[in-house]
Amino acid sequence: MDYSPLLLSLKVAAISTTVVFISGVFFARVLARKQFFGKSMIEAIFMLPLVLPPTVVGFALLLLFGKHGWIGKWLIDWFDVQIVFTWLGAVIASIVVSFPLMYQSAAAAFNSLDDRLENAARTLGASEWRVFRTISFPLAWPGLLAGLVLSFARGLGEFGATLMLAGYIPGKTDTIPMSIYFAVESGQMEKAAFWVVIIVALGFSTILWLNWWSRRNMQRYTNENRSR
Amino acid sequence: MLEVDIKKRLSHYDLEVDFSMGDEILVLFGPSGSGKTTILHTIAGLAMPDEGSIKLGDKSFFSGRKDSMSVQARNVGMLFQDYALFPHMTVEQNIQYGIKGKDGNRSFVIDQLQQVLGIHQLSMKYPHQISGGEKQRVALARALASEPSILLLDEPLSALDKQTRIDCQNELIRLHEMWKIPFIIVTHDREEAEKLGDRILFLDHGQIVDEREK
Repeated sequence: MDYSPLLLSLKVAAISTTVVFISGVFFARVLARKQFFGKSMIEAIFMLPLVLPPTVVGFALLLLFGKHGWIGKWLIDWFDVQIVFTWLGAVIASIVVSFPLMYQSAAAAFNSLDDRLENAARTLGASEWRVFRTISFPLAWPGLLAGLVLSFARGLGEFGATLMLAGYIPGKTDTIPMSIYFAVESGQMEKAAFWVVIIVALGFSTILWLNWWSRRNMQRYTNENRSR
Repeated sequence: MLEVDIKKRLSHYDLEVDFSMGDEILVLFGPSGSGKTTILHTIAGLAMPDEGSIKLGDKSFFSGRKDSMSVQARNVGMLFQDYALFPHMTVEQNIQYGIKGKDGNRSFVIDQLQQVLGIHQLSMKYPHQISGGEKQRVALARALASEPSILLLDEPLSALDKQTRIDCQNELIRLHEMWKIPFIIVTHDREEAEKLGDRILFLDHGQIVDEREK
């Protein structure tokens, strides 16, 4: 049995989740509680991959990252890096489809913070970075973690856009969902079933863990007096 | 000496106040929505007036929308309504948060404040594990630990029961005698205003309508 799809899937999901977590938290924090012209437009663009068919996302990514696409051509010319038909394509597809989940969770987490806590820290002389590091981030952490886990799971299961951008190249771009599809197509039902079991087990344990963790975490602050 | 002369357009009226104070307890008294908290926020730097000036000693906090000192640089202590203690930090970590300078100084300041406020036994507790009156003391200790040059208190006692309230009023007067910095206390309770204030400014719809001295 070749386990490389498992390793590749974990690698792709881990890298994309890292990128998505940092960028999602950044944008959510910058945009949280701000009202300005065009904000709903920006948020709509962020959320778009969630509602579009994966093939449409994949098509758009092909246009951007293809050998003649705006970004793809630039990457090849300057860095000799090819995205299409490589595992990097799988990473980019995962990033784009899981970003909305992270952004949404993070925005909800930051919006629900009591802004007096941040203001209290400011009056105590804390710089904006210290306020973020010691107040906003730890208090938003339960919500951020939920987003993190969802993004990881989404990245692990990404299929449609990945197929469009990275294709199915055994040993190179065969993530677990990809292997399942092509195993079924070539009649290798046992191989497909094996990967199905693996991915169900991964997803299931992730959700169980997240539920357990957030319940445990909720108890920490629930007695806090939050009435205004 | 704090000098405030500001104008700010609010949704229902224009806030327009002009007052100054020394190292006394000044009470801003008025019905809710009369602009009291907004005044505190403009002094703290959490909100910006439209025009005017705010000065504390020789430090200019605000002299126009382009010339406003950051919250952090103002060195203002603020006690928030419901205290805004950091729920994920212990009492001790809360108090330590704003302390400037070295570790040695740190434990000395904390020790003293805990002694003065009688909250020594609470160090390792979290805010949700202590009572309202204790929270109030911890919030005071936290604000004073940063050695502010002025202390702003937004309805500091409104969440407390009657007896605790009276205790805390006495506490505030005592602390003021020890610290000798300007205290501005916002309240809508007349009895409290009269007990605490060296001077009371009566506010209504963003204007000072009356002033009384002890």
